[in-house]
Amino acid sequence: MHPASSIIVFTTFSGMGFGLIAMLGLGAAPSDGTAGFVTCALAFILTSVGLASSTFHLGHPERAWRALSQWRSSWLSREGALAAVTLGLFAIYAVLWIFADDRVAPIGVLLTVLSIVTVYATAMIYGSLKTVPRWQTGLTPLCYLLFAAAGGALLAAALSSLLGAFSETAVLTALGLMVVAWVAKFVWWGRADRTTLGSNGSSPETATGLGHIGKVRLLEAPHSSPNYLMKEMVYRVGRKHARKLRLLAVALGGAVPVLGLLAAIALDGGAFFLVVAVLSHLIGMLAERWLFFAEAEHSVSLYYGHR
Amino acid sequence: MTTLPAQTDKSLGLVIDLDVCVGCHACVVNCKEWNTGGYGAPLSDQNPYGADPVGSWLNRIHTFEVDASQGGGCSGSEAQILADGKDTRVVHFPKSCLHCEDAPCVTVCPTGASYKRSEDGIVLVNEDWCIGCGLCAWSCPYGAREMDAAEGVMKKCTLCVDRIYNENLPEEDREPACVRTCPANARHFGDFSDPNSNVSVMVAERGGMDLMPEQGTKPVNKYLPPRPKTSPVQSAPSDLVALAEPEAKGFLGWLDAALEKMG
Amino acid sequence: MSLFEREPVETSPKVSDEVRKTTCYMCACRCGINVHLRDNKVRYIEGNRDHPVNKGVLCAKGSAGIMQHYSPARLRKPLKRVGPRGKGEFQEIEWDEALGLATSWLKDIRESDPKRLAFFTGRDQSQSLTGFWAQAYGTPNYAAHGGFCSVNMAAAGIYTMGGAFWEFGQPDWERSKMFMIFGVAEDHDSNPIKMGLSRLKERGAKIVGVNPVRTGYNAIADEWVGITPGTDGLFILALIHELLRAGKVDLDYLIRYTNAPWLVIRDPDANDHGLFARNEDGEALVWDRASNSCVSHKQSGVKPSLKGEVTLPDGRKAVPSFELLAEKYLDGAYAPDAVTEQTGVPAAQIKRLAAELARTAFEEEIVIEQPWTDMKGERHEQMIGRPVAFHAMRGISAHSNGFQTCRSLHLLQILLGSIECPGGFRFKPPYPKPMEAHPKPHAEYAANSPLPGPHLGYPRGPEDLAINEDGSCKRIDKAFSWDAPMSVHGMMHMVISNAYAGDPYPVDVLFMYMANMSWNSSMNSRGVMEMLEAKDDNGEYVIPKIIYSDAYSSEMVAYADLVLPDTTYLERHDCISLLDRPICEPDAAADSIRWPVVEPDRDVRGFQSVMIDLGARLGLPGFVNEDGSAKFSDYADYIVNHERKPGIGPLSGWRGENADEAGRGKPNPDQLKRYIENGGFWIEHIPAEAQYFKHANAGYQDWAVGMGFYDAPQPVIFQLYLEPLRKFQLTAEGKADQKPPEHLKARIRDCFDPLPIWYAPFEGEQIDEAEYPLHAITQRPAAMYHSWGSQNAWLRQIHGTNPMYVPGEVCDAQGLEDGDWAWVISHHGRIKVPVMRMDAVNAKTLWTWNAIGKRGGAWGLSSDAPEAKKGFLLNHLIHELLPAKGDGMRWSNSDPITGQAAWYDLRVRVEKAEPGDELSEPRVEAQKGPAQPGPSELRYGKEWTK
Repeated sequence: MHPASSIIVFTTFSGMGFGLIAMLGLGAAPSDGTAGFVTCALAFILTSVGLASSTFHLGHPERAWRALSQWRSSWLSREGALAAVTLGLFAIYAVLWIFADDRVAPIGVLLTVLSIVTVYATAMIYGSLKTVPRWQTGLTPLCYLLFAAAGGALLAAALSSLLGAFSETAVLTALGLMVVAWVAKFVWWGRADRTTLGSNGSSPETATGLGHIGKVRLLEAPHSSPNYLMKEMVYRVGRKHARKLRLLAVALGGAVPVLGLLAAIALDGGAFFLVVAVLSHLIGMLAERWLFFAEAEHSVSLYYGHR
Repeated sequence: MTTLPAQTDKSLGLVIDLDVCVGCHACVVNCKEWNTGGYGAPLSDQNPYGADPVGSWLNRIHTFEVDASQGGGCSGSEAQILADGKDTRVVHFPKSCLHCEDAPCVTVCPTGASYKRSEDGIVLVNEDWCIGCGLCAWSCPYGAREMDAAEGVMKKCTLCVDRIYNENLPEEDREPACVRTCPANARHFGDFSDPNSNVSVMVAERGGMDLMPEQGTKPVNKYLPPRPKTSPVQSAPSDLVALAEPEAKGFLGWLDAALEKMG
Repeated sequence: MSLFEREPVETSPKVSDEVRKTTCYMCACRCGINVHLRDNKVRYIEGNRDHPVNKGVLCAKGSAGIMQHYSPARLRKPLKRVGPRGKGEFQEIEWDEALGLATSWLKDIRESDPKRLAFFTGRDQSQSLTGFWAQAYGTPNYAAHGGFCSVNMAAAGIYTMGGAFWEFGQPDWERSKMFMIFGVAEDHDSNPIKMGLSRLKERGAKIVGVNPVRTGYNAIADEWVGITPGTDGLFILALIHELLRAGKVDLDYLIRYTNAPWLVIRDPDANDHGLFARNEDGEALVWDRASNSCVSHKQSGVKPSLKGEVTLPDGRKAVPSFELLAEKYLDGAYAPDAVTEQTGVPAAQIKRLAAELARTAFEEEIVIEQPWTDMKGERHEQMIGRPVAFHAMRGISAHSNGFQTCRSLHLLQILLGSIECPGGFRFKPPYPKPMEAHPKPHAEYAANSPLPGPHLGYPRGPEDLAINEDGSCKRIDKAFSWDAPMSVHGMMHMVISNAYAGDPYPVDVLFMYMANMSWNSSMNSRGVMEMLEAKDDNGEYVIPKIIYSDAYSSEMVAYADLVLPDTTYLERHDCISLLDRPICEPDAAADSIRWPVVEPDRDVRGFQSVMIDLGARLGLPGFVNEDGSAKFSDYADYIVNHERKPGIGPLSGWRGENADEAGRGKPNPDQLKRYIENGGFWIEHIPAEAQYFKHANAGYQDWAVGMGFYDAPQPVIFQLYLEPLRKFQLTAEGKADQKPPEHLKARIRDCFDPLPIWYAPFEGEQIDEAEYPLHAITQRPAAMYHSWGSQNAWLRQIHGTNPMYVPGEVCDAQGLEDGDWAWVISHHGRIKVPVMRMDAVNAKTLWTWNAIGKRGGAWGLSSDAPEAKKGFLLNHLIHELLPAKGDGMRWSNSDPITGQAAWYDLRVRVEKAEPGDELSEPRVEAQKGPAQPGPSELRYGKEWTK
């Protein structure tokens, strides 16, 4: 699939943003108004940047509000609706926190649940597509959720530390989630590498119905220049290139943050290392998401010479 | 709502006959020509006179080679060919929206722009509602949907909904443009919910097939497979061996006899 | 209405303001089209359901007419060259200046030496007018593009049976039960063939495709014969061998309708050895088994013999030509096993196909209960059909053995008795028309005088050649010379190289129309460009003046000194005339028109109107009245009022004062209006008793005379043994007054066999097989027409580049994979091309799509267009001359009989190229226009959508 930067930014930023909201809902970060302002603002910025970015790839962003209407059948609609509800509730939570110094715990828990569901919906936009066998697995939402949680926890730990309230619990939480998230991702990659377009039974033979005659191979594409379908869904990334990027994603998205977190524990603070860990994680996640899209093969490729 | 209708009154669609399609692209271009001035936004073209021209098309033809000596559960005369080595076929393969009964493109649409009509089963995009997110194109295994780069809305085959009921056209022209123009008569339009319709009968007689049935989309459009071919090295059936050396004294002797017989 | 309530779909939107019916010109098929107009723009073009050619359907090209009509490559105004030739730098001028310039150039020549004008038209559909103009002007140098297209097919057909394929006739799609199609281009005549194939399939008829490449028609054929290029003749003669061996030929048919019984003189020392024995009236003799005597073949009630030596009245010996024929093809050299290796066709397949043909022809015969009367007055109660049909085009004809190969195919058809019978091959009026009913060639020119007759014709023998006493050629293209005696369509592909070489003489003005000679319509394209650019010692161009007319900014426009911009096909008058290449059907005569369904928005004029204007300015007979004033105001006026003979004009419908006469009748001033009212065409059906056996059907012949095709019946006796060829052979044997040049004698003796033969294509014979083991050919994509399609925004998305398809075996041997680049090398040149593997192809044959490669800057495309960067032409590998063979001569790369360019004889090798810039080679510097690329985005029809 074409790795559109708008969608990469959308899933990465909103994932981290909702992860942070989920952590805040569980009581992470200091509870003073200033801390509330800083953490909530950051959560809003991350989610808003993500959601705004998602509209950049729309042909008609001015009609984006319509996307809230089809929550009964569409994961994309659900995602939009849930994000709206979550952020609405988070606004109330933030106002109460910042101006009334009151972190209403039930709302917090509800926000955590809503954030999880929102990120789940985001993941299911992709995970529900039968046309992309690599994505169509429960591991996809699991990874999205774990990365959101790990990112949110890392951010929460870093913010706490910056706000002068270093929390070893927060750091350990982030550390644990980070490790689990990457373990899940390795499992996902392992499955992905074993998954082909044929994994759900599709092949050029079934795509054309000509399998009863023999093996099918594309001789001439419908157009001599790449068309929309090819640009959007028949994107091919070089194997070497992909391996390098995976390494980069693991290093920046996992190893550096883990080292940062360990450094923070070792130093009993170390806000600097945590900030580095956050930034590194963000960049690593962008690479991970780029690969998520770029490596995904769509069944329409079967009509364009891929097996 | 983008939920699918439980049932449609009619089930309109196409039968595409792979046995006669010569891959001439008549349907492809006539579709573009009709639809660029028809339903919804025009089918735009980017860089039409420069490098890498690209445009929106609702119907395309792929050309495949099929290696009959590799795989394929062949039967009868087909099996004979395999025994004799190389036999590679070429199949021209037109493809447009299949108007699936279980159209994933409809259910993933976040705005309700994509829908399947309950009256005739046509899958349409209400372009005024389309936000151009492209998810429906991702959900379609067949590549039947195209985002128009100029208009930012999703385009797809409408089964010429603006022709098939159009009272400004003579009755005989109320069929999709691709069907009307196809020189080889490889495309047929009709109602699959009627078992006696032209398309239903053809599908029954010729073993009409679904594309990627494993995707669970239940396409309405059906493809008729190419008929079996004669292998180059297939020998003559016994009733053809009549072509034997003339009796008597070679050809000229035969000629004498034959002329005598003619009188 | 709520925000979430869907508005009902408008299912009956307005389509158009008006529908105008005219004739397509996106290829040479000439289908009827309905042009829907809205707000004075073209909204939609569809096929005309009533039209005899396409019956409502329309191909990709026709459907892309909108983009052609509005193409940015359209020329806008007359142009005068300002830069060097080939650069594409022009200045716009007014029509008065342009026509004044052309007139002054042409007038000087006509008054001094008319042969110094070479006037050649390309894919011209008005040859009846352009030929008439050239004849009135008086230059011997006129022809259209047939010489590099398919003259072998046309010539072999006319000489053998009075017509060939396409315009001349077609399979009986409704009745045929077995159909073989050889080497047919899929870009023209395509709708009728596609419709026909579909009808055959509906009825369960068997289709056999004979072609090295298994795409298109061959892909849907029930059986594919993946023949090696240039060996079709051998394959066909092997089928004939099998049929003769089994006695599966239609003897009754051969006796009635062919020259099989005609007696051939056997007198080796005489000057008429091998000619037909004739009586004092010149009628060929046959041996009557009833009376045991020689009688005229015209006599009725005879029982002609087909074998056995007889004694002629003069005491000499003779045999029926059929005996020579049988002996020849029963020879073991034509046995299937003997031809397998050369043809690449398994012997078993040849044998089975012969058997299937025989079974279908003789055991599945068709009987129509329709009485008819033959030319000898015999009444037949039924029409008996042999339901096997054949069709072929350029694939078998564009070889140096093409004429004989086409003759072989006709021989096969005739032996099976399948010409003009139900289920077989059917002629379209005004064909069949025997050689004798066609003119002879004319080239006797004089200053200020018209030519005494038409340029192009059918030589009956060496006495009809267009050569001077000293043997030099009268025509610039050397047509009708010893080089190519039966070049009945001229040899347009030789014009530029001959004019450049001044051989046989130089010219002053080269005047061309719609012929992209500096690119895809020439062999050796780069060489031709250099010839057009060449200057003499004085710094003057070797070809001094070039006038060119085209509607679009083609590669050839860049080489013109004066450009006369033509209209698009929707802006012009035209007639698809019975005097030219008609659109008749086997059961009807038909013709049609084009008329301006849209007015030009540029300062352009229809080429034919311009020719009529020039004719008047030059005072050419037929174009001026007695007082010297212009006879016709424009082409429309000419179409209606020109009379070739009294009562016969360009259009056959609605003639006469009351518009009620067909074929013959006085000009009717309202004729075009009547055509327009009728959908742009006219059709007149043949009576039921005259629909088959037209060559010998008295009812048909009478009807044809009534329609004005000819003034007396012209029955055809199929010429299995072709005497004119024998007459040429006699010259080579030293048994005639005319003497061919010494170096050509052997070739004439060997190739001009009066019975069809096969010989290996010349190029293949002269190269080293090991060095050039492969063949390379082009195929025509159905969605492109020659070079025209690339300017079309829609069609160029389908074919913007052309890979070289390489057989899997060759790929494996050379380590080639899809996407690699390779050098393809011939004796003449090398090209760098992108590679695509293909298995469904003859194992020795590379192929690519025709004419996709473009010169940068041509056709209104940007210079980085894929057509110019990756697209390529095979033409660069093909030379108009054969490789030198050490005799000091350079032989023409063409058929020795007709001069047809032997495009498909090309032999090559392929070598993997180093990965590099992914640009095709050779690279040619971009031209600067004259047209500039169009907009960067199209939203055609935006104004009609909501």
